[in-house]
Amino acid sequence: MQRLINWLTQVYAVGVLNLRTLPQRFGSSAATVVGVAGVVTVFVAVLSIGEGFRATLQAAGSPSTALVIRGGSDTEMMSGITLEDSRVVQDAPGIARGAAGPVASREMLVLVDVPKITTGTEANVPLRGVTPVAFEIRTKLKILAGRNFTPGRNEIIAGAGAAREFAGLHVGDVKHWGKTDWTVVGVFTDAGSVSESEIWADLNVLQGAYNRGTLVSSVYASLGSPADFDAFKSALTTDPRLNLKVIRETDYFAEQSVMITTLVTRLGFLIAAMMGVGAVFGAINTMYSAVAARTREIATLRALGFGGGPVVISVIAESILLAFVGGVIGGAIAYVVFNGYHTSTINWQSFSQVAFAFRVTPLLLFQGFFYSVVIGLVGGLFPAVRAARTSVAAALREL
Amino acid sequence: MKFLPLIWSNLRRKRVRTTFTLLSILVAFLMFGYLIAVSNAFDIGVQIAGVDRLVLTHKVSIILPLPFSYMDRIAQVPGVADVAHATWFGGIYQDPKNFFAQIAVDPERYLRLYPEFLIPEDQKKAWFADRTGAICGKYLADRYHWKIGDRIPITAPWLKKDGGTSWEFTLDGIYTGATPTTDTTQFLFHYDYFYESRLRHDATVGWYIIRIAHPDQAPQIAEKIDALFANSDTETKTSTEKAFMQGFAKQVGDIGAIITAILTVVFFIILLVAGNTMMQSVRERITELAVLKTVGFPNGLILTLVLAESVLLAGMGGALGLGLAWLLISRGDPTGGALPIFVMPPWSTALGVVFIIVLGLATGTLPALQAMRLRVVQALRRG
Repeated sequence: MQRLINWLTQVYAVGVLNLRTLPQRFGSSAATVVGVAGVVTVFVAVLSIGEGFRATLQAAGSPSTALVIRGGSDTEMMSGITLEDSRVVQDAPGIARGAAGPVASREMLVLVDVPKITTGTEANVPLRGVTPVAFEIRTKLKILAGRNFTPGRNEIIAGAGAAREFAGLHVGDVKHWGKTDWTVVGVFTDAGSVSESEIWADLNVLQGAYNRGTLVSSVYASLGSPADFDAFKSALTTDPRLNLKVIRETDYFAEQSVMITTLVTRLGFLIAAMMGVGAVFGAINTMYSAVAARTREIATLRALGFGGGPVVISVIAESILLAFVGGVIGGAIAYVVFNGYHTSTINWQSFSQVAFAFRVTPLLLFQGFFYSVVIGLVGGLFPAVRAARTSVAAALREL
Repeated sequence: MKFLPLIWSNLRRKRVRTTFTLLSILVAFLMFGYLIAVSNAFDIGVQIAGVDRLVLTHKVSIILPLPFSYMDRIAQVPGVADVAHATWFGGIYQDPKNFFAQIAVDPERYLRLYPEFLIPEDQKKAWFADRTGAICGKYLADRYHWKIGDRIPITAPWLKKDGGTSWEFTLDGIYTGATPTTDTTQFLFHYDYFYESRLRHDATVGWYIIRIAHPDQAPQIAEKIDALFANSDTETKTSTEKAFMQGFAKQVGDIGAIITAILTVVFFIILLVAGNTMMQSVRERITELAVLKTVGFPNGLILTLVLAESVLLAGMGGALGLGLAWLLISRGDPTGGALPIFVMPPWSTALGVVFIIVLGLATGTLPALQAMRLRVVQALRRG
């Protein structure tokens, strides 16, 4: 016990010595801090894109909602369901029943070109045709401004994300698509989900405008409980008259986010790994010169009876401290600049625009800090060992 | 030249520091390579575009179909040299994650429009004659290990007449790109097969590609074509392939720009950190430089010596970094399919060399000037 306390006292003494000489080595220490800050900023910022995208798509799903599309298609866009088939879906077991019958929403999804505000070029914005039951399934959907569309009229409501990212989607604006004029009568929110990137219209009006007859893209079915999914699915997939694909809404949206999150995550890790290596080299240089500048002091301490262990620990601790300061600065920069940054991008899997915000989550920040500590540890290791190994006599003679 | 050994021994003085500075510079330029490749990959379409090609799509959205009958009418517009149609298939190969473009085309017309798709004559002939045949770009063939003759099943969103959704294609050929930026990620097959086997017959296609005789007339011809279909049920939007690709690339939005911007900032941070170390190592030797001045070295020579040292260090690190970047990047897309065209264009090497020289000069100049202006007596006293 006594030895441990003694050892700790030594670590403390050498550590304080190191810290007090820090201002003398301000330039190279600052370089380490800046280097690590850069690494952590990039790491957190790039990954926050993926987090934000995933969060938006995950907010959309409810485990007790099932999505029915045509067999062989993997997005609503590529799907098509006839009126007869959609009637069979509505009568399938497991669907919750509301005041107006089964809570199953027949929906049609197409794309329209709307100019993106940031670039001024046309972008693929999803236009969804719905019936009143759609609002029973999206329980969090709220009209933020204006009012809902009136069934039977050429009116549209725009998601808050779409209204923010694309031109001319405010209440009162008129859009001309094909031979039809559409008036924007409202803007809606849906708890940050992907619906907010969409424009909604009355299903029958949209079917008419697109000569689709009674064909729809998909049926969203609200199940009594998540456990009813299997019965619902098997009823539809074993029916020989039908060729349908039944997926949980949560799985559907998780699948849709795979490509972009993979891109961003791989890119983020690759870049951060390369830069981490660079930062380690920088830290090694800094700590070597730090140790070199204090050869005399360290040797004196060793001559007084300080052990090699405390010297190693203190050098590593200094390196970790510098790197950690850099990590905190980097995390703070990433948070301030990128958290909540609104943008939109094309999701190649659905071929349509998704409006979302970057999310710097606590987990990402923690990962960034952890990474900075690892950089500091690796960067301090070799110089520390060298400091402890230098023979006392040689070091003192150097002066 | 006779001072080379002096410069060399200065660099070897603190071998550890020199090594790690070298490695930092190496990493910085490795990053630089990736930065260029990534930003390039995000707006690649612009470079794929041919100057003499126009793209015609449905006015409301590219996903809406166009009548097949438009082809002849487009071909008659003065200034139009050739026209081909293409239709997006949108099927899945094994797993939805395996995303690539499957396009139903008229083979002869399509290849006429895209002369940069290079395919051996015998493979081309085999494909033209094989109704269920397909060709694909080299990138795809490498990625999925396809060989000529393979049967490739694709699950389609389109029902076939026999009620199934599985379409099988025979791989008749693999095309390569005339340049590194040519899109070799396409999977092309006969529109006739698609049209005849599909349950729902409608004589529609996805978009038209038009070659014009004189690229400078593009705006007028595009206008003329769109006027042809104005006020019909299916209005059109014709733009140059470049503008079309640019619009497409811009759909990605500012994410590409943000990633590029972050990488740029970090590249400069790493340079700053490495530069700081280099400056420091010169500053530490100011006494020695004073000694050189004492023994009669002129100011200009000292400046040159210091600069030569830093440029040499930057040059070695930078060249190794760029070389390594080139080596790694030529192995292809690191994201597993999201950035299929991942290359370092030749101009990036030139830009890299400029940065290397600037780094060497910038880090050498400050301390060298300091050393030059130094009064010998003062400098010697500092030691």
